[in-house]
Formats: sequence, structure tokens, C-alpha cells
Amino acid sequence: MSVLVDDDTRVIVQGITGGEGKFHTEQMLEYGTNVVAGAVPGRGGQEVAGVPVYDTVTQAAREEDADASVVFVPPAFAGDALFEALDAPLDLVVAITEGIPTQDVSRVYRRLQDTDTHLIGPNCPGIITPGEAKLGILPGNIFSSGNVGLISRSGTLTYQIVDSLTSRGIGQSTAIGIGGDPIIGTDFIQALELFEADPATDAVVMCGEIGGEDEEEAAAYIDENMTTPVAGFIAGRTAPPGKRMGHAGAIVSGSGTGTAESKISALEDAGAPVGDTPEEVVENVEDLL
Amino acid sequence: MRIHEYQAKGLFAEAGIPTPESELARTVDEAVEVADDISYPVAIKAQVHVGGRGKAGGIKLVENTEEAREAADDILGMDLKGYHVDRVLVEEAVDFTNELYIGVTMDRGEGKPVAMVSTRGGVNIEEVAEEDPDAIAREHIDPAFGMHDYQARKVVYEAGIDAGLAGDVASILKTLYNLWEDSDASDAEINPLMVTADDDIIAADAVFNVDGDALFRHPDLEEMEETAADDDLEAKAQEYGFEGSNYVRLSGDVGIIGNGAGLVMTTLDLVDYYGGSPANFLDIGGGAKAERVANALDLVFSDENADAVVFNIFGGITRGDEVANGINDALDQFDEIPKPVIVRLAGTNAEEGMEILNEELVQVEKTLEDAVQAAVAAAEEVEA
Repeated sequence: MSVLVDDDTRVIVQGITGGEGKFHTEQMLEYGTNVVAGAVPGRGGQEVAGVPVYDTVTQAAREEDADASVVFVPPAFAGDALFEALDAPLDLVVAITEGIPTQDVSRVYRRLQDTDTHLIGPNCPGIITPGEAKLGILPGNIFSSGNVGLISRSGTLTYQIVDSLTSRGIGQSTAIGIGGDPIIGTDFIQALELFEADPATDAVVMCGEIGGEDEEEAAAYIDENMTTPVAGFIAGRTAPPGKRMGHAGAIVSGSGTGTAESKISALEDAGAPVGDTPEEVVENVEDLL
Repeated sequence: MRIHEYQAKGLFAEAGIPTPESELARTVDEAVEVADDISYPVAIKAQVHVGGRGKAGGIKLVENTEEAREAADDILGMDLKGYHVDRVLVEEAVDFTNELYIGVTMDRGEGKPVAMVSTRGGVNIEEVAEEDPDAIAREHIDPAFGMHDYQARKVVYEAGIDAGLAGDVASILKTLYNLWEDSDASDAEINPLMVTADDDIIAADAVFNVDGDALFRHPDLEEMEETAADDDLEAKAQEYGFEGSNYVRLSGDVGIIGNGAGLVMTTLDLVDYYGGSPANFLDIGGGAKAERVANALDLVFSDENADAVVFNIFGGITRGDEVANGINDALDQFDEIPKPVIVRLAGTNAEEGMEILNEELVQVEKTLEDAVQAAVAAAEEVEA
């Protein structure tokens, strides 16, 4: 078991003819992901890495019976690509693209509320169910199959923790990089809900960072609804207020919301231990299992 | 991206929001000439990208030519919270009876825009929000439809604006919202929105921040972008393409380079945790090529506060062999390596990367914790 993706997931790559799209399509195929189609306007009839390309997402979904897409479309066109994916419709859309204008994402988010689609990202590394499928750019070799779910706003930080888990023999059910933008599709709470409902997930690692109040809201959700234990990590303890740290969403506001301290104490109050170092997070997971 | 008050007021005026009579001046003589043209009293306002200009001495009210010359002379060329003042806005001083606040921003939690109105203008609105959240009326806007007229009226009435002014304030708010939307702004704020004895309404100050990711479709706004960096290193970072938030200078002694915002933040936190102090945040991002890595090293080497560098890469898009080649190339550019560099690679092609790395020039560590502790120790040694 797993959440959102498994080896039955049939995947379209939007932007498959671009450099990143092509490279990661090959990587996904190598990992065993069922990449069944590409979608690029004007490129219908071509093939990339043996995968047939269609002009529209609707055609690709219909002809190849696809139910998910991964979006590598450049920022200027990504908003439109996301609307197209939501319209197909698909069960799962994973938006890798970084730097989509925030107002575009806001409109996509609005449209998303009218659909049953799960949107992951934007500005995320994707989602992986180890041994079955990966949708995105995560390095498959560090993951191993098991019973720990991961949710993270940061790609590389997820890899860091997964690498430690794997090296200690702790496998993962599914890892979801939810993205570093201010507005994202699937948030911590929705991802926690999915893991709570997944019988194969026995513990969840939640990696947050400064900015916004999603972690605080997730802590309240954990307190009230989760029976599956959660281990936390928060990046950005040393970030000065008012300075954006890499991610568009990673900023402690001038009025003092979005601090690491607030998130850490909210999670600990909800019974989710927060590690001081990535290694400590892994030790906490060992204790929780 | 932040734009100056005079640029924002230019946008407001064009959109039909009333603004005081004003003109930009770059020299004392220009400022005096403009001030004489506008009848006194006149405000001379420093145009820099910082808040709290008034308290810092960057805004002066003058009554005559002599005072105008003195104020312009004081303000032009001054250093305002680290920013050099090279132009002033010379503006009619509005005789007001009341100060309001209106603003539009993106509510990230809700994923949609929010319009805000308050009768408590003229003061720091974040402080008002803290002390008395009810003093600010808020209305969320559905981005699929934009702001309906009734929503503008509703939030204005909820804020308790006088009935006689409500129609005009609502109309200005709607204009501000449309400008915010059309310009891909992140924040648009008029504080204060002044009310005169004749019940005229005038935007006396203006904050307008534009989404840097949307500048590609706003060439007119892109022209207003300035390298606000008075800090040499931040300017250098921009030259190297580590724009915006990817480089943040801090004050410690351990330089930090990595990929991915979360992991770089974590590396900073670990430096602190192990008793060191981070000199900077530098995220070289995904797909980092040799040249970009070389630039990153050169940037951190240029920071005189940094005594050692920890270079932490976990490969997703960025492949370890690319990073290793980049580090080797960068190191080749120096006759001698100016600072100890501790490298840790993991993930895609990490092993190939570690084999490529020139271990005569850099120290290689296998775990993040080891790499950070080695860098903290190296920085301390240099210090001693």
C-alpha cells in the first residue's frame, strides 16, 4: 500500500520535449514508472524515450488511459498547463516547475477546489512510492520500500532524511514533496490525512520550514485526528525576519508569524517530537515505530 | 520586487487614484525649483527601498525655499538604513483631517487575494494588526472573478468609514485591486489614504511590490527593477545570477553553499547548533553547472567574514559529478585556496563526484553533520 501513486499509475509528462522533461522521463522510466504519454502543443506524433507525444493532455489521457501528469513546463506557460491537466481531468497532477507567478497559482488553486484532483506542488520534487513509481525528480536510488511516510516542503532536505532512514534499514511507504511556494495544492493536512488512512504507513515524517502557518495548522490536525505517530523537523531556525530564504514561501514576516520557534512548539505540543538535526529526526522515527 | 514611492504613485495616478502634486528631483537645485513651483508647505521625501523613512530622517516638511534647500541638501546623499539616497520626491503637503489605510495582498493560507481597509491609517499597519486585529476589515476576493463592486463597498463599510466617504474609498479600493491584479503585484498599499477638510481623498504614500516571477510579462515594471544591494557581496551575487532570495548575507564566519532552500537552511541551523555562526545562505539551485558552482565559491571566498566554507550538495537534479567538476574548476582559478573548503556530496552520482573531487584542495566528509562540524572547527582555527 501507499498513497496517491503505485505501479498502476499511468503518467503523462507535460513538457516532455524540453531538456528537464526528457531527462527525467528517462529517469522515471528507468525507475519503473508507467510513463505512458507526453503532452506538448505542436509535437503530437513524436516520440521521446519511446513514449508517444500528444498535442493536448486530453488526447494523451484518452488515448493512453492516463490518470496522472508531471508538469515540467516553463513558468510562463505552467499556469495554463495546470489548468489543462485539471480539465482533462486527472486524479493526480505533480507540478515540478519553480517560479510560476503567484497570481497564476492562485487561479489554479481556485479551479482545483472544483475538482477531485490532487495537485502536488508547484515548486516541488514530486512524489515517490519506493519500488513502484516516482513522479518527479527525486533520486530513486536513495529510497527503499517500507512503512514510513514523508511530507516535506523541501526536496533536498527530504533526500537527506530519506538517505539516513534507508541506511538504518527504515523504508518508506510514500514520500511527498509538497513544494516551497506560498500557495500549493496538497498541503500538510491533506497529506497527513492520506497517510493516516494508509494501513501501510506506521509513522510519518513531516519536514516544514519557516513562513506561513501551515505547520501550526497541521499540528492542530495531528493533535485532534492522527493516530499514526509523526516526527517533525523545521528548517530555518537561524533565518533573520523579513529575509526570504531561497523558497518563495520561506520568510518570517515582519510581524513575527512564520517563525521556526512557533512551528516547533506547536508540533511538540501536539505530541510530535521535533529533531534538532536530521539525524535526530531519524532517531525519533526509530523510537516511534 | 519593490518599486519606489514615486514609481508607485505614477502607476496610481495613471490608474485614476488621486495623488498629491509631486515631482522627482535628483539634485538640490532641481528639488528647490520643484518645491518653489508647488506652493509651500512641501514634503521632501527620500526614495529608497526601506520602510520607516520618516523616523530615520528621510522625510522633511519645509515651509519656504531656504528650508527646501537645506532639507534637500541633507537628504540627498544621506545613508538611510544602509541605502544611499540619490533622489527625492518633492511633494505638495496635504492638509488632512483624517488618515485611512487600504491595501491588497495575497493571503497565502487561503490561496487568494485579500483586500484590507482600516480607519487607523498613518501608522504601522502591522502593529495595528497585532494590537487590534478587528480594526482592519478584510474581504477575500475570488481570483476567478476579481473584486466585485459590492465587495469593495462591503469591506469599506465593515471598516467603519464615514458614509459620506464610503463611495469614493470603495472606488479607489477597486481601482487599487485592479491595478494589483493587472500588474501581478504581491502587495499594494496606500497608507495613509488622506481625507482633506473638503472630503477629498488622496493617496499620500504608496507601497507597491511586484511578483518577481511575473516580470517577464511586465517589461514596463521590469525596467523599474534596481539592484537594491548596497552591499558589495549582494551586488556580486546578483551579477552571478544568484538573484533575489538565493543569496542572503549574514554576519557569521562559516560560509555555506548548498542546493535546495530547505537543505541550505538546515545547514545554517546545524552550523549554529554545533556552535558556529553562518556567514551566508547560498542556494545554487537545481541543475547547477560547473560555472555556477565556481561563481558560488568565488562569492563566498570574497566574504571577509567567512573563515571556512561548507559545501553541501544532495543530488536530485544536480548531479554529484557536475558539482565535483565545478568545485575543481573553481579551485583551479585560485593560486592558493584562500579558505578551508569542506565538501559533502550525496545522492545522484555522488560517488563519481567524490572520486573526481581534488582532495588535495578540499576536505571531503560523508555526512552532513560531520561536514558542518569540520567547517565550524576550521573557522575557529582560522580565528585563533
